[in-house]
Amino acid sequence: MANYYLDTPGYKHHLHHPLMKRIVELKERNYTDKDKYDYAPFDFEDAMDSYEKVLEIVGEICGEIVAPNAESVDHEGPTLKDGRVTYAPGTQINLDAVRKASLMGITMPRRYDGLNFPIVPYIMIADMVSRADAGFENLWGLQDCAETLYEFGNEDQRRRFIPRVCAGETMSMDLTEPDAGSDLQSVMLKATFSEKDNCWYLNGVKRFITNGDADIHLVLARSEEGTRDGRGLSMFLYDKRDGGVNVRRIENKMGIKGSPTCELVYKNAKAELCGDRKLGLIKYVMALMNNARLGIMAQSVGLSEAAYREGYAYAIERKQFGKAIIEFPAVYEMVALMRAKTDASRAMLYETARFVDVYKALDDISKDRKLEPEERQELKKYGRLADAFTPIGKGMTSEYANQNAYDAIQIHGGSGFMKDYTCERLYRDARITNIYEGTTQLQVIAAIRHVTTGTYLAQIREYEGLEYKPELEVMRHKLIEMTAKYEEMVKIVTELKDQELLDFHARRLVESAGHCIMGYLLLQDTNKCDSFRHSAEVYITYSQSEVNKHYSYITDFDCGELGYFKPASL
Amino acid sequence: MSLRIIVLAKQVPDTRNVGKDAMKADGTVNRAALPAIFNPEDLNALEQALRLKDAYPGTTVTLLTMGPGRAAEIIREGLYRGADSGYLLTDRAFAGADTLATSYAISMAIRKIKDYDLIICGRQAIDGDTAQVGPQVAEKLGLTQITYAEEIQKAEKGKITVKRRLERGVEVVEGALPLVVTVNGSAPDCRPRNAKHVQKYKHAKTVTEKQEADADYLDLYDSRPYLNLTEWGVADVNAEVALCGLSGSPTKVKKIENVVFQAKENMTLEATDEAIDTLMRELILNHTIG
Repeated sequence: MANYYLDTPGYKHHLHHPLMKRIVELKERNYTDKDKYDYAPFDFEDAMDSYEKVLEIVGEICGEIVAPNAESVDHEGPTLKDGRVTYAPGTQINLDAVRKASLMGITMPRRYDGLNFPIVPYIMIADMVSRADAGFENLWGLQDCAETLYEFGNEDQRRRFIPRVCAGETMSMDLTEPDAGSDLQSVMLKATFSEKDNCWYLNGVKRFITNGDADIHLVLARSEEGTRDGRGLSMFLYDKRDGGVNVRRIENKMGIKGSPTCELVYKNAKAELCGDRKLGLIKYVMALMNNARLGIMAQSVGLSEAAYREGYAYAIERKQFGKAIIEFPAVYEMVALMRAKTDASRAMLYETARFVDVYKALDDISKDRKLEPEERQELKKYGRLADAFTPIGKGMTSEYANQNAYDAIQIHGGSGFMKDYTCERLYRDARITNIYEGTTQLQVIAAIRHVTTGTYLAQIREYEGLEYKPELEVMRHKLIEMTAKYEEMVKIVTELKDQELLDFHARRLVESAGHCIMGYLLLQDTNKCDSFRHSAEVYITYSQSEVNKHYSYITDFDCGELGYFKPASL
Repeated sequence: MSLRIIVLAKQVPDTRNVGKDAMKADGTVNRAALPAIFNPEDLNALEQALRLKDAYPGTTVTLLTMGPGRAAEIIREGLYRGADSGYLLTDRAFAGADTLATSYAISMAIRKIKDYDLIICGRQAIDGDTAQVGPQVAEKLGLTQITYAEEIQKAEKGKITVKRRLERGVEVVEGALPLVVTVNGSAPDCRPRNAKHVQKYKHAKTVTEKQEADADYLDLYDSRPYLNLTEWGVADVNAEVALCGLSGSPTKVKKIENVVFQAKENMTLEATDEAIDTLMRELILNHTIG
């Protein structure tokens, strides 16, 4: 019996982080649900035990159902008939298993039939599902939308919609339009309020909508006539039962082919406002995107793990020149680096998930009572860290997923280029991770202010101050050197007070911060568990060379050179 | 119509992935080396019961298993997937039972449960592969049996309709309740464990298990009666000791031989009728077949 949870000890390691005690305490609010719900935990140990048991179920579903279906789902994909989408048969089997196992609405409160799990175990599920079939994670991960509905919808909407999600109905977030991709301020889908019917009607077109034929949609639309920017946009809830939205086409994509990417036509589709008018983009979608970015991070980590495993399995099996190819330095270096990038990515993913967890749990409590001063401090601290770590983490891990998928094919040689091996699908699936929910370039834009304001540096210093075993001193020393170079680079670039130059070097700065952070996270993992030692050594050696590369680029760069890069000179 | 279903399930050593130490030197199964699992075809049987429960509200699914104390895990596994309750038949006197003594003990337990419409079990267990217990239970209870079931299609007006998987096709039969159905491995796989049920029932324990349990949760068993798993011994089911376990088992193992499969030679066959014909003759001649 293949079980993705049990075959990767890293999950258990990350689940049992010391901060979990605080997270579960906040999420369970003194374990009062136990008197009302027969599946609520009694205490911290009981809650952790429940998470593990549920993760085991997911591990089994991934290993025994989702992964074996991945190939046929990739080949068959969803189909469109009369404006409605039918999933590939394998996808339907996967969804059925997930529903029967009650794995929808995982983070939702129990009063709406959810499991009330923190983000950490939820994201761990996303990580495993992505390893099994990244495309399926898109459908399953859209339960994130329920989180947004919970945060910003009114109580009546929560009661009507969230239990349906928990029972297995799927969701979509309809944001992108033909002329509004990265620039969502340009969204034009029209929302008109009808005094006569006392409801809103939506008209227009949306494009590239994942799972566009979902049961429940969150829609970004222009409610304020005559406006052209983000302040004229509101968020709406559309229920497929009401009708009015048809799927015009399913995109023929390079990867994640099991997940239907749809073009939608809204014709007088009845909808209801979710939250306040005009806050659609500036507040709700921003929150939604942050949740989604964490989800893509998990998808990237799952793909990295899958690519590493495919590469490793082939490298030990394939014999050339009389020995297994993994014995050649050129190959084992690739394999070791894939492992290291996967472990570093996973460390980053769960660190970010913990920050989001503390922040969200406190934010939720603040709706019911006034927070104590120290709780407000805590909320502020973790909110800021979540905000800082989400873009840098999404950027770094999705790039690594692509690098790992690329290397997995390289290890397979000519065979990897054939459709016969899984690495080929992983390569196609990974390609979207550094594009959607904001390209890496946009993640850098979101992250750069945490470079200039020092959020990353402060956190790196905090990591530096932790206690490490003496045998890890060499690695720690390297990280201190890397941090010094990062600090110097930031100083050089910011002192010039040239916004364009800062934008030009932004990715180098953000990546350098990422290398320091991920290096320290792996060092902490190694400090607790020696099985991370190899990855930590390999990653820190690799990332130090990357930081040195950026350092030399920035220190050797003459501002005048910028002109050569500009469009006019090309 | 709502049904009262009893599912018979057995905990078996996982013989599907056997390693070197799967057998002891004396030729018996080394149970310690093999993980204990829910017999696969009993899971197919449980799924059929759960589908009836989905289709006919009010239906209850009760598990019945016989085995050592640790077989209580089978009941929990069933509860995690949607069963309502379970009984563990456990007693030293049940140990060493062959199919006759097993079916006797199980039939006595079913008599004790008393109220039921349908008994469902797997066709056979992967440790013994006898496929005898289900039919013997039916016989002892004086019930009709439908074997090799692949799908219980409906239950209406006191009758069930069952699709059977036979060697050369399928057969759809109808039978009056109560009766015994044995389910084939070709039936749909059992649904996964349910996250809510796992959290609800993970503390469910038998009396014996409670004695060894973490004292922290002991008060739970009064406030949540569904966490108490019933454990029955010989006396509880009014069984005669002489008919149970080793003393009730006429089957005696005379000898166990280790069979080692070794391909001594291999041959490549042309894909022609003549080549296959020649091979068949050869196999008949050396008594490999026929």
